[in-house]
Amino acid sequence: MRLSEHRYKTISSIAGPLLRVRDIFNARTGEVVTIVTPDEKKLDGEVLEIVEDTVLIQVFAETRGLDIEKSTVIFTDRFRDALLSPDIIGRIFNGSFKPIDDLPMFAPEKKSPITGFAINPAARAKPEEFIETGISVIDGLNTLVKGQKLPVFSCSGLPSKEVVASILKNSRLVSSPDEPSGNRTTSESKEFIIVFSALGLTFRDYSYYLSVLKNMKSRFIAFVNMADEPAIERILTPRFALTTAEYLAFEKGMDVLVVITDMTNYCDALREISTAREELPGRRGYPGFMYSDLASLYERAGRIRGIKGSLTMIPVVTMPEDDITHPIPDLTGYITEGQIVLSRELHQKGIFPPIDVLPSLSRLMQKGIGAGHTREDHRKVAHGLYKYYAKGRDLRKLESIIGKEGMPQKDRVLLDFAEEFEQEFIHQGLSRRSVNETLDRGISLMKQFNLNL
Amino acid sequence: MNHEWSIRIPRPYRKKISPREPLITGQRAIDFLFSIAKGGIAIFPGGFGTGKTILEQSIAKFADVDIVVYVGCGERGNEMAEMIEEFELLNDPWTQSRLMKRTILVINTSNMPVAAREASIYTAVTIAEYYRDMGYHVILLADSISRWAEALREISSSLEEMPGEEGYPTYLSSRLSGFIERAGVVETYSGTVGSLTMVLSVSPPGGDFTEPVTQSCLRTTGTFLMLDTSLAHKRHFPAINWFQSYSLYADELSGHYKEHVAPEWETAQVRCREILQKEEALREVVEIVGIEGIQDEDRLMLHTAERLRTEFLSQNAYTEDAFSSLEQTFSAIKGILDFYNNAEKQLKDGVPISEILVEKKPVHAKQKTSEGS
Repeated sequence: MRLSEHRYKTISSIAGPLLRVRDIFNARTGEVVTIVTPDEKKLDGEVLEIVEDTVLIQVFAETRGLDIEKSTVIFTDRFRDALLSPDIIGRIFNGSFKPIDDLPMFAPEKKSPITGFAINPAARAKPEEFIETGISVIDGLNTLVKGQKLPVFSCSGLPSKEVVASILKNSRLVSSPDEPSGNRTTSESKEFIIVFSALGLTFRDYSYYLSVLKNMKSRFIAFVNMADEPAIERILTPRFALTTAEYLAFEKGMDVLVVITDMTNYCDALREISTAREELPGRRGYPGFMYSDLASLYERAGRIRGIKGSLTMIPVVTMPEDDITHPIPDLTGYITEGQIVLSRELHQKGIFPPIDVLPSLSRLMQKGIGAGHTREDHRKVAHGLYKYYAKGRDLRKLESIIGKEGMPQKDRVLLDFAEEFEQEFIHQGLSRRSVNETLDRGISLMKQFNLNL
Repeated sequence: MNHEWSIRIPRPYRKKISPREPLITGQRAIDFLFSIAKGGIAIFPGGFGTGKTILEQSIAKFADVDIVVYVGCGERGNEMAEMIEEFELLNDPWTQSRLMKRTILVINTSNMPVAAREASIYTAVTIAEYYRDMGYHVILLADSISRWAEALREISSSLEEMPGEEGYPTYLSSRLSGFIERAGVVETYSGTVGSLTMVLSVSPPGGDFTEPVTQSCLRTTGTFLMLDTSLAHKRHFPAINWFQSYSLYADELSGHYKEHVAPEWETAQVRCREILQKEEALREVVEIVGIEGIQDEDRLMLHTAERLRTEFLSQNAYTEDAFSSLEQTFSAIKGILDFYNNAEKQLKDGVPISEILVEKKPVHAKQKTSEGS
């Protein structure tokens, strides 16, 4: 606690989003600073590093044109907090947590640091409650459960936002696990609170998402950083979103679904800071600490024992050059509990959602399906569908060499099955299917081709 | 019993003994083809989704040891929660007491401080050594050692040290060998024999095994289990690639298997490898000419290889089949090889191939589906 405000006019250098300020007394790392330009504009920053009496400041705004001699740096003696209150629901903010919906800021109930607190692994509750997304490929073969983080891996030009919108619109929590699984569709379903965090979104995508959110029954909160807003702000935006989500989930007992799009923009912002700091670049120029940094976001999903709420996360990653081994999808895949991979090939066939079953995976699926969660035969059906489709896909290579006529009857059946599986099971357009419909459809598909369950 | 020990300093022992006894993991692919010795070191690198964590946890559940030390080093919190809950419910197959009673978890999830992550594996190995010194057989499982190496890299780069390969500090491999060498069978100062086995998973970025952490590990390990993304996509678990993986303990341990399980252990092993090798060679031919176009002997071979892969080498971690004792493992492999030998004989006697394959297949197909997913 300082007795007076510390103001300095000693900026010594500017490099990209970084400022160096000399002759500083008693600064703290992570401290929030305000930079006041000669024309009274205020920029937001944070102390990154202190070497003797020189301080390195990261600025969450455009630094071009900043006057090195006349600008003032004010050390605020506080850390970056998110303001929290149940009134936050239904509001839209920019990437720095300022309201952009023409309403005044709400009165906060409390403040919480945006870095969050790591959940003690021993206090976590096992994620096992089924979420019905209404999409057959996800519910049937890559089941999402409460408290999971399941990213969507997309490629440029694929309808990732339509897939996410469909998940947002159709996701239901199917509660009451004691009920006989047959009556599932009639049991009461609960809605989510949606926290939407946009990073570097174009106006077109933004207005699409906004209209989806506004036409939904579920309540939502949006944190929006647009494509033309400072890239560095994208470091903060998901943290505000997640702090809000944690508050609603773990303090207010709500079931929160967080959508972050697009993580690729986040990682690029991270790279920008890292190179400005002249750190040694890792793979493709991304910083070596990217794994820990991404984990500090993704790991905030979960459930806590004895607390009602949950935080489920769906980040969207656009894979540069469609490459799943690119550092961003690669590190994401190492942290998250599975991935939903979109496929260009399926998209070209006109299939929606174009989810490729083979590389997609939900690591928490086994816990969330079966009797008491979905249906007793879920595992068997999922296993059968996956097995036959994988075989059929494998045979397509052979088909392209020797032609379908040259193949034995058994293989031709599998080829037909794979085709029909894509058209009838994966493809569903904008319709919503309950998990019962999904599984029944899978069973009848296998029956149609006389394949054993 | 309560005392303090600096985690960076290996605890002393009277002398080291070379490993002689196998560590039974309950995983057929490991126990039969790529065995791990008590006091040995195994690593398994694999890209994401290849089942590293499931394999680590299966070994933690079923290994025939007295104490299990499991380090969740920079991994997922939800997985740890699952493990804690599950281990409270499951029984140790060897003693029938709760698994948690023999398990110690050291957890640093990926969102916890990096410096603590660097220290976590040393904390764990010191705990493991402490029990080893009481004459117990201890296994240390670390998931994953790559996260430890990355923590080391992060610390090293903040110290502005000169980086080596891919930004890792130049002392990466010496630190790693120093850590790994703390495994072994020892005669303790109290005269008893204890062992510390290490099973480490490695997460190579992009699934590329030429990266420094995998390569440094390879210098010191005895069992190398390569987890294969393409097998994982086929949902063949554990996705251990049978061509690239190896075990250096095979010679030391073969005597034990011959004596305690079956005299034909080694010949069965050779036969199994041979069939898998031939399948690989044949597969290319089949891709061109189709299965109908090859000789009956080869079709039989392919059929047997498929049975080896689906019935023997793959094992579902979520069913009864998750644990297989050495006897069960041997009778499973013997069943398949006997079938093959008989069928070969029948084929020579002029029985048509279609009859041989049809006769056997429905039985095992049924068995397979009843296991579920």
